[in-house]
Amino acid sequence: MIRVILPHHLRNLAGVGAEVEVEVEGEEPVTQAALLDALEARYPVLRGTIRDHVTHKRRPFLRYFACQEDLSHQSPDTPLPAPVVAGEEPFRVIGAIAGG
Amino acid sequence: MSGVRVLVGTAKGAFILTADGKREQWKISGPHFGGWEIYHLKGSQADPNRIYASQASDWFGQVVHRSDDGGESWETVGNEFVYEGDPGPHQWYDGTPHPWEFTRVWHFEPSPTDPDTVYAGVEDASLFRSTDGGQSWQELPGLRGHGTSSNWQPGAGGLCLHTILLDPQNPDRIFVAISAAGAFRSDDGGTSWQPINQGLRSEFMPEPEAEVGHCVHRIALHPSRPDVLFMQKHWDVMRSDNAGDSWHEVSGNLPSDFGFPIDVHAHEPETIYVVPIKSDSEHYPPEGKLRVYRSRSGGNEWEALTNGLPQSNCFHNVLRDSMAVDRLDPCGVYFGTTGGQVYASNNAGDRWMPIAENLPRVLSMEVQTLP
Repeated sequence: MIRVILPHHLRNLAGVGAEVEVEVEGEEPVTQAALLDALEARYPVLRGTIRDHVTHKRRPFLRYFACQEDLSHQSPDTPLPAPVVAGEEPFRVIGAIAGG
Repeated sequence: MSGVRVLVGTAKGAFILTADGKREQWKISGPHFGGWEIYHLKGSQADPNRIYASQASDWFGQVVHRSDDGGESWETVGNEFVYEGDPGPHQWYDGTPHPWEFTRVWHFEPSPTDPDTVYAGVEDASLFRSTDGGQSWQELPGLRGHGTSSNWQPGAGGLCLHTILLDPQNPDRIFVAISAAGAFRSDDGGTSWQPINQGLRSEFMPEPEAEVGHCVHRIALHPSRPDVLFMQKHWDVMRSDNAGDSWHEVSGNLPSDFGFPIDVHAHEPETIYVVPIKSDSEHYPPEGKLRVYRSRSGGNEWEALTNGLPQSNCFHNVLRDSMAVDRLDPCGVYFGTTGGQVYASNNAGDRWMPIAENLPRVLSMEVQTLP
Protein backbone atom coordinates (compact mmCIF):
# COMPACT_ATOMS: atom_id res chain seq x y z
CA MET A 1 0.00 0.00 0.00
CA ILE A 2 1.21 3.48 -0.84
CA ARG A 3 0.68 6.23 1.69
CA VAL A 4 -0.60 9.58 0.39
CA ILE A 5 -0.87 12.78 2.40
CA LEU A 6 -3.43 15.22 1.05
CA PRO A 7 -3.82 18.95 1.74
CA HIS A 8 -6.49 20.06 4.21
CA HIS A 9 -9.20 20.95 1.71
CA LEU A 10 -8.88 17.71 -0.23
CA ARG A 11 -9.08 15.69 2.98
CA ASN A 12 -12.35 17.43 3.77
CA LEU A 13 -13.63 16.94 0.25
CA ALA A 14 -12.84 13.23 0.28
CA GLY A 15 -13.91 12.81 3.89
CA VAL A 16 -10.61 11.27 4.96
CA GLY A 17 -7.92 11.88 7.53
CA ALA A 18 -4.44 13.25 7.07
CA GLU A 19 -3.14 10.15 5.35
CA VAL A 20 -4.77 7.62 3.04
CA GLU A 21 -3.49 4.31 1.78
CA VAL A 22 -3.84 3.38 -1.86
CA GLU A 23 -3.24 0.08 -3.52
CA VAL A 24 -1.78 0.39 -6.99
CA GLU A 25 -2.41 -2.58 -9.21
CA GLY A 26 -0.84 -3.26 -12.58
CA GLU A 27 2.56 -3.36 -14.08
CA GLU A 28 5.77 -2.54 -12.28
CA PRO A 29 7.34 -0.14 -11.74
CA VAL A 30 4.72 1.98 -10.02
CA THR A 31 4.64 5.44 -11.55
CA GLN A 32 3.35 8.79 -10.38
CA ALA A 33 0.51 8.56 -12.93
CA ALA A 34 -0.47 5.07 -11.76
CA LEU A 35 -0.61 6.26 -8.16
CA LEU A 36 -2.79 9.24 -9.01
CA ASP A 37 -5.03 7.05 -11.18
CA ALA A 38 -5.48 4.69 -8.23
CA LEU A 39 -6.07 7.56 -5.82
CA GLU A 40 -8.81 9.00 -8.03
CA ALA A 41 -10.36 5.57 -8.55
CA ARG A 42 -10.59 5.10 -4.79
CA TYR A 43 -11.81 8.65 -4.16
CA PRO A 44 -13.65 9.79 -7.32
CA VAL A 45 -14.44 13.14 -5.71
CA LEU A 46 -10.76 14.01 -6.17
CA ARG A 47 -10.98 13.76 -9.95
CA GLY A 48 -10.17 17.12 -11.43
CA THR A 49 -8.88 18.57 -8.16
CA ILE A 50 -5.24 17.44 -8.38
CA ARG A 51 -4.94 16.97 -12.13
CA ASP A 52 -6.88 18.38 -15.04
CA HIS A 53 -9.64 16.03 -16.15
CA VAL A 54 -8.56 15.89 -19.75
CA THR A 55 -4.82 16.57 -19.91
CA HIS A 56 -3.98 15.02 -16.51
CA LYS A 57 -1.59 17.92 -15.99
CA ARG A 58 -0.88 18.77 -12.36
CA ARG A 59 -2.76 21.84 -11.19
CA PRO A 60 -0.29 24.73 -11.10
CA PHE A 61 -0.77 25.54 -7.40
CA LEU A 62 -0.06 21.97 -6.30
CA ARG A 63 3.25 20.17 -5.90
CA TYR A 64 4.25 16.56 -5.24
CA PHE A 65 6.90 15.74 -2.67
CA ALA A 66 8.37 12.49 -1.34
CA CYS A 67 11.60 11.47 0.37
CA GLN A 68 12.65 15.14 0.71
CA GLU A 69 12.45 15.56 -3.06
CA ASP A 70 10.21 17.68 -5.23
CA LEU A 71 8.72 15.28 -7.77
CA SER A 72 6.40 17.87 -9.32
CA HIS A 73 8.28 18.33 -12.53
CA GLN A 74 9.04 14.70 -13.17
CA SER A 75 7.28 12.95 -16.00
CA PRO A 76 4.08 11.24 -14.81
CA ASP A 77 5.62 8.03 -16.10
CA THR A 78 8.62 8.28 -13.79
CA PRO A 79 8.79 5.40 -11.29
CA LEU A 80 8.07 6.47 -7.72
CA PRO A 81 10.94 6.27 -5.20
CA ALA A 82 11.30 2.79 -3.72
CA PRO A 83 10.51 3.89 -0.12
CA VAL A 84 7.17 5.32 -1.35
CA VAL A 85 6.28 2.10 -3.16
CA ALA A 86 7.25 0.12 -0.07
CA GLY A 87 5.00 2.26 2.12
CA GLU A 88 7.93 3.52 4.16
CA GLU A 89 7.59 7.15 3.06
CA PRO A 90 4.42 9.03 2.08
CA PHE A 91 3.71 10.72 -1.22
CA ARG A 92 2.67 14.27 -0.37
CA VAL A 93 0.33 16.50 -2.35
CA ILE A 94 1.06 20.03 -1.18
CA GLY A 95 -0.90 23.20 -1.90
CA ALA A 96 0.99 26.41 -2.58
CA ILE A 97 1.33 28.57 0.50
CA ALA A 98 -0.37 31.66 -0.84
CA GLY A 99 -3.58 33.59 -0.68
CA GLY A 100 -5.32 35.89 1.78
CA MET B 1 -46.06 31.19 6.92
CA SER B 2 -43.90 31.79 3.89
CA GLY B 3 -40.26 32.64 4.23
CA VAL B 4 -37.06 33.34 2.38
CA ARG B 5 -33.71 31.64 2.10
CA VAL B 6 -30.76 33.81 1.05
CA LEU B 7 -27.85 31.94 -0.53
CA VAL B 8 -24.58 33.82 -0.19
CA GLY B 9 -21.42 32.76 -1.98
CA THR B 10 -18.25 34.27 -0.55
CA ALA B 11 -14.51 34.09 -1.00
CA LYS B 12 -14.27 31.69 1.95
CA GLY B 13 -17.40 29.62 1.94
CA ALA B 14 -21.17 29.71 1.55
CA PHE B 15 -23.65 31.09 4.04
CA ILE B 16 -27.39 30.54 4.17
CA LEU B 17 -29.61 33.14 5.80
CA THR B 18 -33.24 32.37 6.55
CA ALA B 19 -36.21 34.36 7.81
CA ASP B 20 -39.96 34.12 7.91
CA GLY B 21 -42.15 36.25 5.67
CA LYS B 22 -41.68 39.35 7.81
CA ARG B 23 -37.96 39.24 7.02
CA GLU B 24 -36.95 40.92 10.26
CA GLN B 25 -35.25 38.15 12.27
CA TRP B 26 -32.52 36.22 10.49
CA LYS B 27 -30.63 33.01 11.16
CA ILE B 28 -27.26 32.35 9.56
CA SER B 29 -25.77 28.95 8.83
CA GLY B 30 -22.26 28.43 7.56
CA PRO B 31 -19.66 28.55 6.46
CA HIS B 32 -20.49 25.66 4.19
CA PHE B 33 -17.35 24.51 2.33
CA GLY B 34 -15.25 26.71 4.63
CA GLY B 35 -12.14 28.16 3.08
CA TRP B 36 -13.25 27.61 -0.52
CA GLU B 37 -14.39 30.25 -2.97
CA ILE B 38 -18.08 29.75 -3.61
CA TYR B 39 -18.77 31.58 -6.81
CA HIS B 40 -22.49 30.94 -6.90
CA LEU B 41 -25.37 29.01 -5.38
CA LYS B 42 -28.85 28.82 -6.81
CA GLY B 43 -31.98 26.91 -5.89
CA SER B 44 -34.49 25.31 -8.21
CA GLN B 45 -37.89 26.93 -8.58
CA ALA B 46 -39.31 23.49 -9.36
CA ASP B 47 -37.95 22.03 -6.10
CA PRO B 48 -36.74 24.69 -3.64
CA ASN B 49 -34.83 22.09 -1.63
CA ARG B 50 -32.59 21.46 -4.63
CA ILE B 51 -29.62 23.85 -4.58
CA TYR B 52 -26.54 23.82 -6.79
CA ALA B 53 -23.25 25.29 -5.55
CA SER B 54 -20.12 26.18 -7.49
CA GLN B 55 -17.02 25.65 -5.38
CA ALA B 56 -13.91 26.81 -7.15
CA SER B 57 -10.31 27.26 -6.21
CA ASP B 58 -7.08 28.27 -7.87
CA TRP B 59 -5.53 25.32 -6.06
CA PHE B 60 -8.03 22.53 -6.61
CA GLY B 61 -10.13 23.56 -9.59
CA GLN B 62 -13.88 23.20 -9.86
CA VAL B 63 -16.11 21.20 -7.55
CA VAL B 64 -19.90 21.12 -7.85
CA HIS B 65 -22.18 20.40 -4.92
CA ARG B 66 -25.86 19.69 -4.80
CA SER B 67 -28.23 19.80 -1.87
CA ASP B 68 -31.61 18.10 -1.85
CA ASP B 69 -32.64 19.38 1.57
CA GLY B 70 -32.35 23.13 1.30
CA GLY B 71 -28.68 23.31 2.20
CA GLU B 72 -28.75 21.10 5.29
CA SER B 73 -26.48 18.57 3.60
CA TRP B 74 -24.54 18.42 0.35
CA GLU B 75 -23.24 15.83 -2.05
CA THR B 76 -20.53 16.26 -4.62
CA VAL B 77 -21.66 15.85 -8.21
CA GLY B 78 -19.94 16.07 -11.57
CA ASN B 79 -17.14 18.56 -12.14
CA GLU B 80 -16.03 17.57 -15.63
CA PHE B 81 -16.64 20.45 -18.03
CA VAL B 82 -15.11 19.51 -21.38
CA TYR B 83 -15.52 21.68 -24.44
CA GLU B 84 -16.87 19.94 -27.54
CA GLY B 85 -14.18 19.30 -30.15
CA ASP B 86 -11.12 21.47 -30.53
CA PRO B 87 -12.03 24.70 -28.77
CA GLY B 88 -9.45 26.79 -30.61
CA PRO B 89 -8.30 30.17 -29.35
CA HIS B 90 -9.93 33.35 -28.16
CA GLN B 91 -8.05 36.62 -27.79
CA TRP B 92 -5.93 37.30 -24.76
CA TYR B 93 -5.74 40.72 -23.10
CA ASP B 94 -3.00 41.81 -25.47
CA GLY B 95 -4.87 40.64 -28.55
CA THR B 96 -2.83 37.48 -29.09
CA PRO B 97 -4.54 34.09 -29.51
CA HIS B 98 -5.06 32.21 -26.27
CA PRO B 99 -6.30 28.64 -25.91
CA TRP B 100 -9.79 28.14 -24.56
CA GLU B 101 -9.43 26.69 -21.04
CA PHE B 102 -12.08 25.82 -18.50
CA THR B 103 -11.48 27.58 -15.19
CA ARG B 104 -14.66 27.75 -13.13
CA VAL B 105 -18.42 27.95 -13.06
CA TRP B 106 -19.59 31.52 -12.55
CA HIS B 107 -23.33 30.94 -12.54
CA PHE B 108 -25.85 28.12 -12.27
CA GLU B 109 -29.33 28.59 -13.67
CA PRO B 110 -31.72 25.75 -12.82
CA SER B 111 -34.62 25.03 -15.16
CA PRO B 112 -37.87 26.55 -13.87
CA THR B 113 -39.68 23.26 -14.48
CA ASP B 114 -37.22 20.40 -13.96
CA PRO B 115 -34.96 20.29 -10.89
CA ASP B 116 -32.56 17.90 -12.64
CA THR B 117 -31.91 20.31 -15.50
CA VAL B 118 -29.49 23.10 -14.81
CA TYR B 119 -27.35 25.39 -16.95
CA ALA B 120 -23.82 26.45 -16.05
CA GLY B 121 -22.10 29.58 -17.30
CA VAL B 122 -18.36 29.09 -17.22
CA GLU B 123 -14.97 30.70 -17.74
CA ASP B 124 -13.56 30.54 -20.44
CA ALA B 125 -16.95 31.54 -21.72
CA SER B 126 -19.32 28.80 -22.66
CA LEU B 127 -22.66 27.35 -21.65
CA PHE B 128 -23.06 23.83 -20.29
CA ARG B 129 -26.19 21.92 -19.35
CA SER B 130 -26.88 18.97 -17.11
CA THR B 131 -30.09 16.96 -17.28
CA ASP B 132 -29.18 14.54 -14.49
CA GLY B 133 -28.96 16.82 -11.50
CA GLY B 134 -25.38 17.89 -12.12
CA GLN B 135 -23.84 14.44 -12.42
CA SER B 136 -22.71 15.08 -16.00
CA TRP B 137 -22.34 18.20 -18.11
CA GLN B 138 -22.60 18.74 -21.85
CA GLU B 139 -21.56 21.89 -23.64
CA LEU B 140 -23.98 23.74 -25.89
CA PRO B 141 -21.23 24.39 -28.40
CA GLY B 142 -23.18 26.66 -30.73
CA LEU B 143 -22.44 29.64 -28.50
CA ARG B 144 -18.68 29.20 -28.28
CA GLY B 145 -18.75 28.14 -31.91
CA HIS B 146 -20.30 31.42 -32.93
CA GLY B 147 -18.28 32.99 -35.72
CA THR B 148 -17.22 35.89 -33.54
CA SER B 149 -15.76 33.85 -30.68
CA SER B 150 -12.15 33.99 -31.84
CA ASN B 151 -12.40 37.75 -31.25
CA TRP B 152 -13.78 37.51 -27.70
CA GLN B 153 -11.48 38.96 -25.06
CA PRO B 154 -11.58 38.55 -21.29
CA GLY B 155 -12.63 41.31 -18.94
CA ALA B 156 -10.62 41.92 -15.79
CA GLY B 157 -12.36 38.97 -14.14
CA GLY B 158 -11.69 36.60 -17.01
CA LEU B 159 -13.62 35.56 -20.12
CA CYS B 160 -16.68 34.56 -18.17
CA LEU B 161 -20.26 33.70 -19.01
CA HIS B 162 -21.91 35.18 -15.93
CA THR B 163 -25.58 35.71 -16.78
CA ILE B 164 -28.12 33.14 -17.94
CA LEU B 165 -31.78 34.11 -18.34
CA LEU B 166 -34.28 31.43 -19.29
CA ASP B 167 -37.39 32.95 -20.87
CA PRO B 168 -40.24 31.73 -18.66
CA GLN B 169 -42.74 32.06 -21.50
CA ASN B 170 -40.68 30.49 -24.28
CA PRO B 171 -38.57 27.44 -23.33
CA ASP B 172 -36.59 27.76 -26.56
CA ARG B 173 -35.33 31.23 -25.73
CA ILE B 174 -32.17 31.76 -23.65
CA PHE B 175 -30.24 34.96 -23.02
CA VAL B 176 -26.63 34.96 -21.84
CA ALA B 177 -24.03 37.64 -21.20
CA ILE B 178 -20.27 37.34 -21.43
CA SER B 179 -17.54 39.68 -20.25
CA ALA B 180 -16.23 41.04 -22.49
CA ALA B 181 -18.05 39.72 -25.56
CA GLY B 182 -21.56 41.01 -24.93
CA ALA B 183 -25.07 39.60 -24.84
CA PHE B 184 -26.33 36.70 -26.94
CA ARG B 185 -29.72 35.09 -27.53
CA SER B 186 -30.80 31.64 -28.65
CA ASP B 187 -34.29 31.00 -30.01
CA ASP B 188 -33.82 27.26 -30.44
CA GLY B 189 -33.02 26.00 -26.97
CA GLY B 190 -29.33 26.81 -27.10
CA THR B 191 -28.39 25.25 -30.42
CA SER B 192 -27.65 28.47 -32.28
CA TRP B 193 -26.97 31.98 -31.04
CA GLN B 194 -26.92 35.55 -32.23
CA PRO B 195 -25.23 38.59 -30.67
CA ILE B 196 -27.77 41.10 -29.35
CA ASN B 197 -25.61 44.16 -28.87
CA GLN B 198 -27.02 46.71 -31.29
CA GLY B 199 -27.19 50.08 -29.59
CA LEU B 200 -24.39 49.37 -27.13
CA ARG B 201 -21.49 51.78 -27.29
CA SER B 202 -18.19 51.08 -25.54
CA GLU B 203 -15.64 53.84 -25.90
CA PHE B 204 -12.71 51.61 -24.98
CA MET B 205 -13.20 49.52 -28.13
CA PRO B 206 -11.56 50.30 -31.47
CA GLU B 207 -15.05 50.13 -32.96
CA PRO B 208 -17.27 51.44 -30.14
CA GLU B 209 -20.44 50.01 -31.66
CA ALA B 210 -19.03 46.66 -32.82
CA GLU B 211 -21.20 43.55 -32.92
CA VAL B 212 -19.25 41.94 -30.06
CA GLY B 213 -16.65 42.99 -27.50
CA HIS B 214 -18.85 44.87 -25.05
CA CYS B 215 -18.28 44.33 -21.36
CA VAL B 216 -21.82 43.54 -20.29
CA HIS B 217 -21.87 43.22 -16.51
CA ARG B 218 -25.39 41.91 -15.98
CA ILE B 219 -28.79 41.65 -17.64
CA ALA B 220 -32.16 41.12 -15.99
CA LEU B 221 -35.79 40.67 -16.97
CA HIS B 222 -39.19 40.45 -15.34
CA PRO B 223 -40.84 37.05 -15.91
CA SER B 224 -44.15 38.60 -16.97
CA ARG B 225 -42.50 40.56 -19.77
CA PRO B 226 -39.42 38.69 -21.00
CA ASP B 227 -38.97 40.80 -24.12
CA VAL B 228 -37.96 43.74 -21.96
CA LEU B 229 -34.35 43.46 -20.83
CA PHE B 230 -32.33 45.71 -18.56
CA MET B 231 -28.54 45.81 -18.66
CA GLN B 232 -25.80 47.18 -16.48
CA LYS B 233 -22.87 47.55 -18.83
CA HIS B 234 -19.28 48.42 -17.89
CA TRP B 235 -20.49 51.97 -18.33
CA ASP B 236 -24.16 52.73 -19.13
CA VAL B 237 -27.46 51.30 -17.95
CA MET B 238 -29.37 50.06 -20.99
CA ARG B 239 -32.83 48.83 -21.87
CA SER B 240 -34.23 46.74 -24.72
CA ASP B 241 -37.92 46.42 -25.53
CA ASN B 242 -37.46 43.79 -28.23
CA ALA B 243 -35.61 40.90 -26.61
CA GLY B 244 -32.24 42.48 -27.22
CA ASP B 245 -32.61 43.28 -30.91
CA SER B 246 -31.77 46.87 -30.01
CA TRP B 247 -30.83 48.75 -26.86
CA HIS B 248 -31.12 52.33 -25.67
CA GLU B 249 -29.51 54.03 -22.71
CA VAL B 250 -31.56 54.72 -19.57
CA SER B 251 -28.79 55.94 -17.25
CA GLY B 252 -30.64 59.24 -16.79
CA ASN B 253 -29.75 61.04 -13.56
CA LEU B 254 -27.58 58.34 -11.98
CA PRO B 255 -24.49 59.76 -10.23
CA SER B 256 -22.44 57.19 -12.15
CA ASP B 257 -23.63 54.75 -14.76
CA PHE B 258 -20.79 52.35 -14.00
CA GLY B 259 -21.76 49.38 -11.85
CA PHE B 260 -22.23 45.65 -11.77
CA PRO B 261 -25.65 44.30 -10.68
CA ILE B 262 -29.10 45.15 -11.96
CA ASP B 263 -32.40 43.58 -10.95
CA VAL B 264 -36.15 44.00 -11.40
CA HIS B 265 -38.85 44.31 -8.72
CA ALA B 266 -40.83 41.07 -8.39
CA HIS B 267 -44.24 42.68 -8.95
CA GLU B 268 -43.51 45.90 -10.84
CA PRO B 269 -41.84 45.22 -14.19
CA GLU B 270 -40.87 48.87 -14.61
CA THR B 271 -39.13 49.11 -11.22
CA ILE B 272 -35.43 48.36 -11.43
CA TYR B 273 -32.43 48.61 -9.13
CA VAL B 274 -28.74 49.35 -9.66
CA VAL B 275 -25.79 50.18 -7.40
CA PRO B 276 -23.69 52.95 -8.97
CA ILE B 277 -19.94 52.63 -8.60
CA LYS B 278 -17.61 55.58 -9.05
CA SER B 279 -15.71 54.38 -12.10
CA ASP B 280 -14.00 51.47 -13.77
CA SER B 281 -10.79 52.52 -12.05
CA GLU B 282 -12.31 53.16 -8.62
CA HIS B 283 -14.61 50.29 -7.69
CA TYR B 284 -16.46 51.87 -4.77
CA PRO B 285 -19.55 54.03 -4.36
CA PRO B 286 -19.35 57.70 -5.35
CA GLU B 287 -18.57 59.94 -2.35
CA GLY B 288 -18.24 56.88 -0.12
CA LYS B 289 -22.05 56.69 0.08
CA LEU B 290 -23.54 53.24 -0.44
CA ARG B 291 -26.70 53.97 -2.40
CA VAL B 292 -29.02 51.69 -4.28
CA TYR B 293 -30.79 53.56 -7.06
CA ARG B 294 -34.34 52.67 -7.98
CA SER B 295 -36.22 53.66 -11.08
CA ARG B 296 -39.98 53.17 -11.16
CA SER B 297 -40.15 54.15 -14.81
CA GLY B 298 -37.95 51.48 -16.34
CA GLY B 299 -34.95 53.78 -16.30
CA ASN B 300 -33.95 57.42 -16.85
CA GLU B 301 -35.52 58.73 -13.63
CA TRP B 302 -33.71 57.35 -10.62
CA GLU B 303 -34.03 57.89 -6.86
CA ALA B 304 -31.36 57.17 -4.28
CA LEU B 305 -32.28 54.64 -1.59
CA THR B 306 -30.16 55.35 1.47
CA ASN B 307 -32.22 54.60 4.57
CA GLY B 308 -30.17 52.15 6.60
CA LEU B 309 -27.14 52.18 4.29
CA PRO B 310 -23.79 53.76 5.25
CA GLN B 311 -23.61 57.30 3.90
CA SER B 312 -19.99 58.06 4.64
CA ASN B 313 -16.67 56.30 4.28
CA CYS B 314 -18.06 53.24 2.53
CA PHE B 315 -15.70 51.89 -0.09
CA HIS B 316 -17.06 48.46 -0.89
CA ASN B 317 -18.17 47.14 -4.23
CA VAL B 318 -21.25 45.09 -5.11
CA LEU B 319 -20.42 42.40 -7.64
CA ARG B 320 -22.58 41.49 -10.62
CA ASP B 321 -24.29 38.42 -9.17
CA SER B 322 -24.70 39.89 -5.69
CA MET B 323 -28.19 41.37 -5.89
CA ALA B 324 -31.51 39.55 -5.86
CA VAL B 325 -35.19 40.03 -5.08
CA ASP B 326 -37.74 37.79 -3.40
CA ARG B 327 -41.32 37.31 -4.55
CA LEU B 328 -43.11 38.29 -1.36
CA ASP B 329 -45.28 41.37 -1.04
CA PRO B 330 -43.82 43.89 -0.41
CA CYS B 331 -40.93 42.77 -2.58
CA GLY B 332 -37.69 42.10 -0.72
CA VAL B 333 -34.41 43.33 -2.20
CA TYR B 334 -31.01 42.01 -1.14
CA PHE B 335 -27.39 42.67 -1.96
CA GLY B 336 -23.96 41.71 -0.67
CA THR B 337 -20.74 43.69 -0.67
CA THR B 338 -17.08 42.97 -1.10
CA GLY B 339 -16.75 44.07 2.53
CA GLY B 340 -18.82 41.12 3.69
CA GLN B 341 -22.09 42.87 4.47
CA VAL B 342 -25.44 41.55 3.34
CA TYR B 343 -28.20 44.14 3.27
CA ALA B 344 -31.90 43.42 2.97
CA SER B 345 -34.96 45.53 2.46
CA ASN B 346 -38.38 44.07 3.16
CA ASN B 347 -40.14 47.02 1.54
CA ALA B 348 -38.77 47.29 -1.98
CA GLY B 349 -35.75 49.34 -0.98
CA ASP B 350 -37.31 52.06 1.17
CA ARG B 351 -35.42 50.89 4.26
CA TRP B 352 -32.41 48.60 4.56
CA MET B 353 -30.93 46.56 7.36
CA PRO B 354 -27.72 44.54 7.50
CA ILE B 355 -28.59 40.88 7.95
CA ALA B 356 -24.92 39.82 8.04
CA GLU B 357 -22.05 42.21 8.60
CA ASN B 358 -18.76 40.41 8.82
CA LEU B 359 -18.74 37.73 6.18
CA PRO B 360 -15.89 37.24 3.71
CA ARG B 361 -16.05 39.11 0.41
CA VAL B 362 -19.47 38.40 -1.09
CA LEU B 363 -19.21 36.96 -4.59
CA SER B 364 -22.85 36.14 -5.24
CA MET B 365 -26.30 36.28 -3.75
CA GLU B 366 -29.54 34.54 -4.59
CA VAL B 367 -32.88 34.48 -2.81
CA GLN B 368 -35.43 31.70 -2.62
CA THR B 369 -39.03 32.49 -1.74
CA LEU B 370 -40.33 29.54 0.23
CA PRO B 371 -43.96 28.44 0.50
